[in-house]
Amino acid sequence: MVLPSVLIIDDNEARASIIKTGLSEAGYRDVAIVYEMDGIAAFIANTKPDVIVIDLENPNRDRLENVFQLSRAVKRPIAMFVDRSDQSTMKAAIDAGVSAYVVDGLKQDRVKNILDMAITRFNAFARLERELEEAKGALQNRKTIDRAKALLMAARNIDEDEAYTLLRKTAMNQNRKIVDVADSLIMSASLLESNEGKNGGD
Amino acid sequence: MVEINAGFLPLTDSAILVAAKERGFAQEEGIKLNLVRETSWANVRDRLAVGQFDVSHALAPMPIASNLGLTPFNMRLIAPFALGLGGNAITLSNPLMAALSAPIDALDARAAGAALAHYIKEQRGAAHKPLQFAVVHPHSGHNLELRYWLTASGIQVDRDIEIVILPPSLMPDALASGQIDGFCVGEPWNSVAIAQGSGQIITTKSAIWASSPEKVLAVQEEWALNNEESLQALIRALYRAASWCGAKENHAALAELLSQPHYLNVPHDYILPALTGSIVNDTSFFIPHARAATFPWQSHALWFYAQMVRAGHLTHNDENIDIVRRSYRPDLYRAALEPLGVAVPSANAKLEGALKEAIAVGVSKDALFLGPDTFFDGALFDPDHFEITS
Repeated sequence: MVLPSVLIIDDNEARASIIKTGLSEAGYRDVAIVYEMDGIAAFIANTKPDVIVIDLENPNRDRLENVFQLSRAVKRPIAMFVDRSDQSTMKAAIDAGVSAYVVDGLKQDRVKNILDMAITRFNAFARLERELEEAKGALQNRKTIDRAKALLMAARNIDEDEAYTLLRKTAMNQNRKIVDVADSLIMSASLLESNEGKNGGD
Repeated sequence: MVEINAGFLPLTDSAILVAAKERGFAQEEGIKLNLVRETSWANVRDRLAVGQFDVSHALAPMPIASNLGLTPFNMRLIAPFALGLGGNAITLSNPLMAALSAPIDALDARAAGAALAHYIKEQRGAAHKPLQFAVVHPHSGHNLELRYWLTASGIQVDRDIEIVILPPSLMPDALASGQIDGFCVGEPWNSVAIAQGSGQIITTKSAIWASSPEKVLAVQEEWALNNEESLQALIRALYRAASWCGAKENHAALAELLSQPHYLNVPHDYILPALTGSIVNDTSFFIPHARAATFPWQSHALWFYAQMVRAGHLTHNDENIDIVRRSYRPDLYRAALEPLGVAVPSANAKLEGALKEAIAVGVSKDALFLGPDTFFDGALFDPDHFEITS
């Protein structure tokens, strides 16, 4: 049995390729990706995908649906994959930020796992982005704390461990985060710095 | 406090919803109004269907299209409140505008249409491919009024001008690059194109059809039935917000509010001209409150239906008429506003195009002024006896 062909419309190239990889691993051979909407009607008419996946942030969704309306004329109706009777899948798809369309007449069970896969991969991608953001934040925090430690070491003539302990104790006493205390310290130091030249550093 | 989740698209005519939340009108009615910005009307539809939105800023024909089964989900939507009148314009690329032989007065839709028709017939020649005009959605006031204006001006849609679908945010660039020759869209996108120097307004929705409908509050009928009191409270809050939006002295504050990053996220100079009317020197370019601007006339719904049949969205069938009428709910509007004691129209429909001037209607102490509601071609639309031509 030949698996349905899939078209992915997503201007996020990384996310699109993650979905494509997932589908390939599951045995889907015929998977195309489109990043740009120009010429989409002709592309769909020529490649005749069975399933079309689009991200919900794409403002071109109304344009795409209109292409499907027009395609009724060429006897190949395309419809939303989930309907209201399948609220849970639909909610999951919306929360993940993805929507799927399918050519009329294709059996639901042959398509369901494509959407499930897209939902999973969209969620995984969102998680990855979040983690990357957090990691960036963590790196930034560490730099801030290192700078504050350096300031303390120079000003009080203490070693690194003592500087860190001091920051941590202050944070605990004031019920604040260490990074916030470090931030305040750096800001105060920069205010006091004026004529003394460079004070500490990374 | 009742929580209501409402969707909106970043357009100037989301003003009433935004003002209801930000100026405290919703809160005074005991409503915590959560506004969620969306990127497409398809997303709005889907989120209404799964109940993530209780209500939404919507294109006026959307509930009609949904109830007639033209869109996915078989969802019953109603419009118990309109989000103002007018607010759209038709903008042409600079080269096309320059090619028109007559100087254009945007408020004279007839002369503007004649100038465009003259250019297409006499100057452009049959060898050219059709001009490309963009609208945001097939089931939109933009598409239907553009078609109405072109057809009544003697221009043949599809043969002379092809209408394509494009998201509004991409229109100014598409116009500048020559990908399209014109568009019919709501604000702020005409103002953005003008500010960027990529186009000029040839005419406006208000000049094509004075006091004409554009956006509505779309509500899932099921939700409306189960949340009668909340919906009434919301309609009252929106009515007061509309009154605030319509007052001249609030235009600057409203433009400032809408310009914020989580609303339209454009400079307020792109928003203010539509609110004051200075965009085309017409104070009735966009009407949030006056002329019963928030009343959901069933004659508006039927006009949209007649145009949808003309555009080939569906074939006419007598049973459709009742479905279309019941998509707009003036009864819910009146019931909700009764406690406010404000003047509201007592009829559900009117003879569209008949009011040449504003006239006072009703006997209540503060008179309600309706109209003018003329079409640029002088046509009348009788909601009880209209001709369906497909």
